[in-house]
Amino acid sequence: MEERKIRVLIAKPGLDGHDRGAKVVARALRDAGMEVIYTGLRQTPEMIVNSAIQEDVDAIGLSCLSGAHMYLFPRVMELLKEKGVEDILVMGGGIIPNEDIPKLKEAGIAAIFTPGASTEEIVEFIRETVKRRPLG
Amino acid sequence: MYDREELERISKEQDRWEREALAPVLKKAPERKKRFITVSSKPIERLYTPLDVADLDYLRDLGFPGEYPFTRGVYPTMHRGRLWTMRMFAGFGTAEETNARFKYLLRHGETGLSVAFDTPTLYGYDTDHPLARGEFGKCGVAISSLADMEVLFDGIRLDEVTTSMTINGPAAMIWAMYIAAAERQGVPIELLGGTIQNDILKEFIAQKEFIFPPEPSMRLVVDTIEFGSKYLPRWYTISISGYHIREAGSTAVQELAFTLADGLAYVQAAVERGLDVDDFASRLSFFFNAHNDFFEEIAKYRAARRIWARQMKERFHAKDPRSCWLRFHTQTAGCALTAQQPDCNIVRVALQALAAVLGGTQSLHTNSMDEAWALPSEQAALIALRTQQIIAHESGVINTIDPLAGSYFVEALTNQVEEEAMEYIEKIEAQGGVLRAIENGFFQREIADAAFRYQREIEEKERIVVGVNEYQMEEKELAIPLLEMDKEGERHHLERLHRIRLERDNRRLQKCLDELRHAAEGTENLMPYILEAVRAYGTLGEITQVLREVFGEYMERPIV
Repeated sequence: MEERKIRVLIAKPGLDGHDRGAKVVARALRDAGMEVIYTGLRQTPEMIVNSAIQEDVDAIGLSCLSGAHMYLFPRVMELLKEKGVEDILVMGGGIIPNEDIPKLKEAGIAAIFTPGASTEEIVEFIRETVKRRPLG
Repeated sequence: MYDREELERISKEQDRWEREALAPVLKKAPERKKRFITVSSKPIERLYTPLDVADLDYLRDLGFPGEYPFTRGVYPTMHRGRLWTMRMFAGFGTAEETNARFKYLLRHGETGLSVAFDTPTLYGYDTDHPLARGEFGKCGVAISSLADMEVLFDGIRLDEVTTSMTINGPAAMIWAMYIAAAERQGVPIELLGGTIQNDILKEFIAQKEFIFPPEPSMRLVVDTIEFGSKYLPRWYTISISGYHIREAGSTAVQELAFTLADGLAYVQAAVERGLDVDDFASRLSFFFNAHNDFFEEIAKYRAARRIWARQMKERFHAKDPRSCWLRFHTQTAGCALTAQQPDCNIVRVALQALAAVLGGTQSLHTNSMDEAWALPSEQAALIALRTQQIIAHESGVINTIDPLAGSYFVEALTNQVEEEAMEYIEKIEAQGGVLRAIENGFFQREIADAAFRYQREIEEKERIVVGVNEYQMEEKELAIPLLEMDKEGERHHLERLHRIRLERDNRRLQKCLDELRHAAEGTENLMPYILEAVRAYGTLGEITQVLREVFGEYMERPIV
């Protein structure tokens, strides 16, 4: 039987228009054999969580370069919990100061990728982490 | 520039050199890499000689500074006459905090202001809009009404400084607030100097901070151009920007070509409105990136001036030489900054800034070393400003105009960049112009492809980024302090917003908004109506909302 491909939602929460990183990551994940859904810009946390559920994804990548990550990322986690789908792996990326990272991890974000991270690292992380999760 | 015989002699000698001098060395020790490429992945030759610029005609292609085709610069004395404007892009938190930063930078020798707005402001929302949550003051200052604008420039005479404002979708509203703030200072508006970015086409292409669909957006742009040419003769009503196109991942040639294509589209739109090209063209300005590749960037600026001059003269039959001037602001490349070993960014910025200066820029922002982490701290911004001052006063590079002219390499590269940019411009026109190329995703695809290629080159180490994929170091803690903002800032800002909503004459405002709506439904110039609503303390969100209701909102089809 063919193995189910890992499904990832790449999302741009908030009003930030910087989509270079999100698109590069989306393409790299696709090249690595994953199924990638890109939300496009200006997504509210509600829209992102709804897309994640509808698309039945294994992972969500949140990209934010506007500095609003401390509100937007935890808000996505809250909503995932409310909907009972907190088993979805959530990662974040963007311009994120070191001191924010522990707080984001506490909120349930599994990993934060800051400038200089390679797409290979991200691919590896998703493969390793999604594999170790129980099959739903 | 050379006669035929001379070129033949050089060609023969070059053959001999390749055989006798080069070949044996290559056999013994091959070069370090198979190909040497620019930041834009363009291959660069081992050596350039007169043969590479054999067709260059000095008077036709370069000319003298201040004269057509302006390749060597738009002014006869360039930086010997006047230094570029040192204009540091700044803005965060409240109007009060940003006002303090402006004063700090002015005190330390910056010569022009440049305002960064937060994302809600960029999208035309007041800070209390639900979509603005979490965004207040984060990547710029929040300006919700004239009251904020008054605070932003408190103690700064607006006839003594020029101000650039990076604002696009709601450019007309923010400009109106600036004009009204100047009126309150008692400054006659015809004395106001500065720039609004107001380049909506590149928003659709790259920066993505659009509000309205393309057609009404273009109408607003032309309204501001028309208003400015009548009432604010010292104001640049648009800054046609390649910066964000480059930051989104484009190559140097794409940055140049897409920007000039946008510029030509604006001129076309204004001419179609019935404006005389010589009445407004000198009030258009440009904004380019300064990325890492030193010579490629310099060639880009030189080619930019030449292409623009030729297009304005040949296509639009401009008669005033000023209409052919391409004057530009430069910002060093944010996307080239590294989070790793951030103090090394000082060096990157210095090299990028040097390219901008040698390319003949009219104004310059130098990025701060900490910007891969956060908005600039005071200390980091100061070093960035000092970098410009060192180039200006210590390096000696501005003692003569366009010092790299005549370099075989720089001239050949300038020609090549021009040629390739013109090919793109023709390709865009063949699709039916910029708006059509936006709709069919042409720009977005081109940029995404280039961005992906760049990332691959880094990951495959064809491209070395110091501290990122080579020369890494264990960095336990960030060695530089980051900016801290006033934690109560949002509350202060909201108090002011709520206060003006209570205290203003709401009946007068409603009348202004109704008149604006009526005008928007017709074809009149909207600037006077927007200005009236701003004077009545209508908020950015309220005024923009009227236009959202008339024009609708735009959403792009995402392209990966």
